[in-house]
Amino acid sequence: MTMHLDTARREAAATEAEAPVFYDVEEAAHAESSTLLGFWIYLMSDALIFAVLFATFGVLGTRYAAGPSPADLFELPLIALNTSLLLFSSITYGLAMLEVEKRRMGLTLFWLGVTGLFGLGFLVIELYEFYHLIAEGAGPQRSAFLSAFFTLVGTHGLHVTAGILWLVTLMFQLPLHGFIPENHRRLMCLGMFWHFLDVIWIGVFTFVYLMGVLRG
Amino acid sequence: MFSDIDLQTFLFGRLTWASIPLHEPILIATFTAVVLGGLALVAAVTYYRAWGYLWREWITSVDHKRIGVMYGILAIIMLLRGFADAIMMLTQKAVAFGPNEGYLPPHHFDQVFTAHGVIMIFFFAMPMVTAVMNYVMPLQIGARDVAFPFLNNFSFWMTAGGAFLTMVSLFVGEFARTGWLAYPPLSGPDFSPGVGVDYYIWGLQVAGVGTTLSGINLIATIVKMRAPGMTMMKMPIFTWTTLCTNVLIVAAFPVLTATLALLSLDRYVGTHFFTNDLGGNPMMYINLIWIWGHPEVYILILPCFGIYSEIVSTYCGKRLFGYASMVYATVVITILSYLVWLHHFFTMGSGASVNAFFGITTMIISIPTGAKIFNWLFTMYRGRIRFEVPMLWTVGFMVTFVIGGMTGVLLAVPPADFVLHNGLFLVAHFHNVIIGGVVFGLMAGLYYWFPKVTGYRLDPFWGKMTFWFWLVGFYFAFMPQYVLGLMGVTRRLNHFEDYALQPWYYAATFGALLIALGIGSFIVQLAVTFLRREQLRDLTGDPWHGRTLEWSTSSPPPPYNFAFIPIVHEQDAWWDMKRRGHVRPRDGYRPIHMPKNTAAGFVLSAISTVLAFALIWYIWWLAIVSFVALIAAAIAHTFNYRRDYYIPAEEVMSFEDGRARAAAE
Repeated sequence: MTMHLDTARREAAATEAEAPVFYDVEEAAHAESSTLLGFWIYLMSDALIFAVLFATFGVLGTRYAAGPSPADLFELPLIALNTSLLLFSSITYGLAMLEVEKRRMGLTLFWLGVTGLFGLGFLVIELYEFYHLIAEGAGPQRSAFLSAFFTLVGTHGLHVTAGILWLVTLMFQLPLHGFIPENHRRLMCLGMFWHFLDVIWIGVFTFVYLMGVLRG
Repeated sequence: MFSDIDLQTFLFGRLTWASIPLHEPILIATFTAVVLGGLALVAAVTYYRAWGYLWREWITSVDHKRIGVMYGILAIIMLLRGFADAIMMLTQKAVAFGPNEGYLPPHHFDQVFTAHGVIMIFFFAMPMVTAVMNYVMPLQIGARDVAFPFLNNFSFWMTAGGAFLTMVSLFVGEFARTGWLAYPPLSGPDFSPGVGVDYYIWGLQVAGVGTTLSGINLIATIVKMRAPGMTMMKMPIFTWTTLCTNVLIVAAFPVLTATLALLSLDRYVGTHFFTNDLGGNPMMYINLIWIWGHPEVYILILPCFGIYSEIVSTYCGKRLFGYASMVYATVVITILSYLVWLHHFFTMGSGASVNAFFGITTMIISIPTGAKIFNWLFTMYRGRIRFEVPMLWTVGFMVTFVIGGMTGVLLAVPPADFVLHNGLFLVAHFHNVIIGGVVFGLMAGLYYWFPKVTGYRLDPFWGKMTFWFWLVGFYFAFMPQYVLGLMGVTRRLNHFEDYALQPWYYAATFGALLIALGIGSFIVQLAVTFLRREQLRDLTGDPWHGRTLEWSTSSPPPPYNFAFIPIVHEQDAWWDMKRRGHVRPRDGYRPIHMPKNTAAGFVLSAISTVLAFALIWYIWWLAIVSFVALIAAAIAHTFNYRRDYYIPAEEVMSFEDGRARAAAE
């Protein structure tokens, strides 16, 4: 603390000597650079929602209530397909961003479209899985384990749905306005969102599916 | 197949005429008063042709100052409602002994204490704290607005939507009867099948979206938009506490959102998170809700610590003692507030080791808090203290908060907590710290910054009346409850058999009446200020000889806050500028880049409120329609790319010249 006070004093002495400037008269128009930081903070808050759902699954994930367990229910090959669709969609999003840097509208839209289709495929498989489980009598009302499972996986699915809606919106806005800074910023934000969902899914895949099946 | 009843259920869900509490005279009287007051307001606005003005200048405004004022108005309205609940509870408790059942049956009393807690925390304290942060912080850091002005407007209207839903529950249906945190299984579908808990859930979810987004917004503002030269360790201490509070908001409110979502799944879908059967675990809810709930109390108190710091150094004419230690204390409290949640339920039975851990972390928090108290005392020591009203609140706070802190440390001892848990000792403790800390701080801040907001100082005589009624009233209302707590009285009771308790309840009710006089004095103060506005006018923009940048601009500040962004060389930047003789540039103004107003925030929040109402009453068609509308409106808003404009240099110049002329007179 004393060190800090010393520096403050020294700085004050220095500025006093050279007649301080108190007003910024040359100021340029204020740069709008806080969106990416703001969006990053939002993602962290969203990560906390997932943290709560993971913690809940951690506590309730073995409460089968004499009902089915993960080993009875999960088909890992299907989940592997699901997972690879989502991971590939992250790669294709990266390819889209490379085209953005080269300002090539057609290819950008193409890769964004491929990303959206991969996302859609992921959702279709997830819905098929849910439908299948409910039809087997293993719906979210069956046990605390299934409540926690459907909520965690379903919340991730809802996020993917929102991401696809956003992607489609951007695919309209991109040709409308071109590669203007606003659109570039939006693409960056959606990119962060999309990769974030990938990271969450890796947690779901490991923690819910793989470890669930191992546990028996 | 569509009989009348089916059609009615389809159209209105659970909503029927029986949901309107026509049989409750208290509610009907209140409802009539609200309707008449509302009609008078609408008539006045129409008479003065102010609708257009309200819409353009306030409702759609993205100016952080206007939004701050709207948060403040919302908070004061909700304070009146929350206080009415408090006085109803205490008068009920004072009379309901032996054969006298009082006037609030359990069904109604339970709603009153739930509403009191929810309203005071979520819809008075939170909006008021946000009001001050929103108004003052950008000015303190020399910024022209917050990082995301539209989001700020949206956040406000979401908070207002949540408050609106909570108020509607008074007249349409009922509110939760579960206590302010709605513990399951009581709040689950089996024991609370009505709409009360649904009002609670959706009111908080709608408001919670606003709070989280506002937290993100203010963090980004502080990190990215400080004036040149303002390094982190030169930020005003109130800005520091605002930063820490908003970090807490972003780190805590998502937990509340997720927890309430799980509770609503239990209620709407029939899942088993917090049920007694099929593997559910109610203690999971109680852990999760307090992982949000404990940081929440620090979210409320930290900005108030910042307010006291600004006030102490201003009215003592001294730089704040121990600035760096104040910053570290704030950061330490921010971190520790996450490590104490379990002290709210030592009786859960998690074992001696776990309880000991949380007991000790709780006690450790009193160390940085104590450091802060000493810093304020040492700032006062050998300062030229001016005992203006904010300083009275600050001294009142220091005495009261220390008492509350000490009873808190008592409660942090797990064996003692087993005796005091869920009793009036606890109720007295948290009112002691929340009134003595948060309410006093907000009242002090309101008086301190009122001239900045309006250009008029508040009337000091009625300010002092407000303070003394609140202070004395607080001690009368809550010291007896410590005694009652030690006598073994538990909270949330509406009837007693033991007459030995009654004198203490009389004293407490007397205290509540004194606080009512305090609130009355506050309203009188506003009226007197309006009548004496010529004497109370402040043209300098710096009525208290302030130290931080908000006092360097005019009162009220222009829409762009600063014609030229100040350059910061020291802590207490404005003090430094005055001391070393700054010269305000009189020409060379440039056009200023500002965000445009937008109706999107209001519209999105209105649709969200309708969606919540439809979900509360199971009006599924309306829920689907409003959900689709919500998504559509949000997407439509993103197609608007023209969100800013320039204030021309001539306009800036004419404003600044007018201000200089007024100050010279």
